[in-house]
Amino acid sequence: MNLSQLRQLQPYLWSLPRQPGEERADVLLYGSAPLLGSMDDKVLEQIANVAGLPGLAGAAMTMPDAHWGYGFPIGGVAAFDAEQGGVISAGGVGFDISCGIRCLRSNLDVGNALPEFGRLADTLFHAIPAGVGEEGHLKLNPAQIDQVLREGAHWAVNQGYGLAADLEYIEEHGRMSGSVPDNVSELAKKRQRGEMGTLGSGNHYLEIQGVEKIYDVAAASAFGLREGQIIVSIHCGSRGLGHQIGTEYLVMLAKAASRLGIRVPNRELACAPIQSPEGQQYIGAMNAGINCALANRQILTHLARTAFAQVYPKANLETLFDVSHNTCKAEMHEVDGKPRLLHVHRKGATRAFGPGHPMLPERYRDVGQPVVMGGSMGTGSYILAGNRANPAFSSASHGAGRALSRHQSLARWHGRQLVDELARQGILIRTRSMRGVAEEAPGAYKDVDLVAEATEQAGLARRVAFLRPKVCVKG
Amino acid sequence: MATQSPPYFEHDADIGVIGRGATVEQAFEAAAQAVFAIMTPVDAVQPRATVSIEFEEADSELALVTWLNLLLGKARELDMVFSRFHLQRHGDKWNGEVSGERWNDSLERGVEVKGATLTMLSVKQTGGSWDARCVVDV
Repeated sequence: MNLSQLRQLQPYLWSLPRQPGEERADVLLYGSAPLLGSMDDKVLEQIANVAGLPGLAGAAMTMPDAHWGYGFPIGGVAAFDAEQGGVISAGGVGFDISCGIRCLRSNLDVGNALPEFGRLADTLFHAIPAGVGEEGHLKLNPAQIDQVLREGAHWAVNQGYGLAADLEYIEEHGRMSGSVPDNVSELAKKRQRGEMGTLGSGNHYLEIQGVEKIYDVAAASAFGLREGQIIVSIHCGSRGLGHQIGTEYLVMLAKAASRLGIRVPNRELACAPIQSPEGQQYIGAMNAGINCALANRQILTHLARTAFAQVYPKANLETLFDVSHNTCKAEMHEVDGKPRLLHVHRKGATRAFGPGHPMLPERYRDVGQPVVMGGSMGTGSYILAGNRANPAFSSASHGAGRALSRHQSLARWHGRQLVDELARQGILIRTRSMRGVAEEAPGAYKDVDLVAEATEQAGLARRVAFLRPKVCVKG
Repeated sequence: MATQSPPYFEHDADIGVIGRGATVEQAFEAAAQAVFAIMTPVDAVQPRATVSIEFEEADSELALVTWLNLLLGKARELDMVFSRFHLQRHGDKWNGEVSGERWNDSLERGVEVKGATLTMLSVKQTGGSWDARCVVDV
């Protein structure tokens, strides 16, 4: 991205000035000059297009880890006001609806557990269905799928997957309201019958990490984090069901655009007024997709606990937090000093409520929401905490963000060599796809340290802990 | 049926697929081949079972997305991977027959393609050949 077309407002905040005759809301980009400079120009084009959609509140924004997406950039945040003709966009949610990270804290230390890491890696790899063509252990009938879509993680807990105590530490307490399973197609439900409790492929993973550095002692204490502690991060989403919802509604909204009076520069931005029947239909289906993802991560949490217990009989894994980064949620935010109910799209961006927010669990109320920022399997991840004065509708970065395309990665790295190199660094990879490892090479991602620093400096969230990968089951 | 090597184009997070052919149907078949080749080397997939795919779509670009997404949905529903594709268009109606087999240990695992998107979507006739392309989400 050519920075000369931007105006720097603060060290980590930039705007895109309007061209003569250009009608759109403001565009704000959070990040450092090196991070923005490394982004594709498509990011700018996409977020400018988002700023032209009706009913946008404030500005359309990108997070420091932004990259080229579908209609919306990944790392894009946009809030719309239904009362002002605001829209809901399937591309602004993403295809993997409610993709996110479940983070578990353990009572184990890296030092003591290290000798069994190989056995843990093998046990997890055996227990967690991961990768293309892998089905889950569960086979659900249509009535059970509908229950999942209505009840989310509560369904999983009621079936014996995990603990009731987990639910308090999941967004929406594990169950998204407003789900309408009837708005989800039969094909989407059929796709999901064998996919509950599966990790998926691509950038999804289950990772064992060690807390290497604490930045914020008070927040770390509230989050139950200490140096040397083992953490488990599970990154996945709503699997085939979410994708089927996303693709079907994108086509449906693209067809309906002219009838709905929506003019978009290209069809990938297809959207509908929130208050229209089409908009409401998509929201009902999307909420069902969110519940699917919450249930999926709950089942995977149970599978991870079972695997840990086989290797470390005294292991205790508690849910630290479960946060999604592909959603649109109705939230109250102050705009120009007035509270407004807004539909906040976070496409590859994490919700980051600050201290005192009523939706936070009591345990985190004084320090802010845990924000889990997943990095690559070779570098590390961060846990941050939400700020009270977050300027981006309580949003923050969701990961390192890609720097190279999948084909560039395939041309540069070989999966087997990467697995061996990471093993020499003390990081054990288990995978069924060497192609997948090459595409997800650590070098294919932006520098996660720079993204975390920029996220903090921009006031989006503050660093609490850095996590170093030890074992990674790759999807 | 198209037999050329499936080509791809760049996208930051995902993969662009291109199908080319003498007819729009052949271009769609080639695009499907490109999609499934991301998941496994399709030459190794045996045509042990055949599945019918039918849909109605007047817009050729949306037809490409619908075709690919129906294939991906059907493949996951049946736990299959497809390697042979045949499609015929009659006005707005599209009738396909695709063959493949269930996932098994002999098939090399690539990366799961979860859906076709409207990003970089185009279906064009240039000279004597058709070009069908879009970004797929992996």
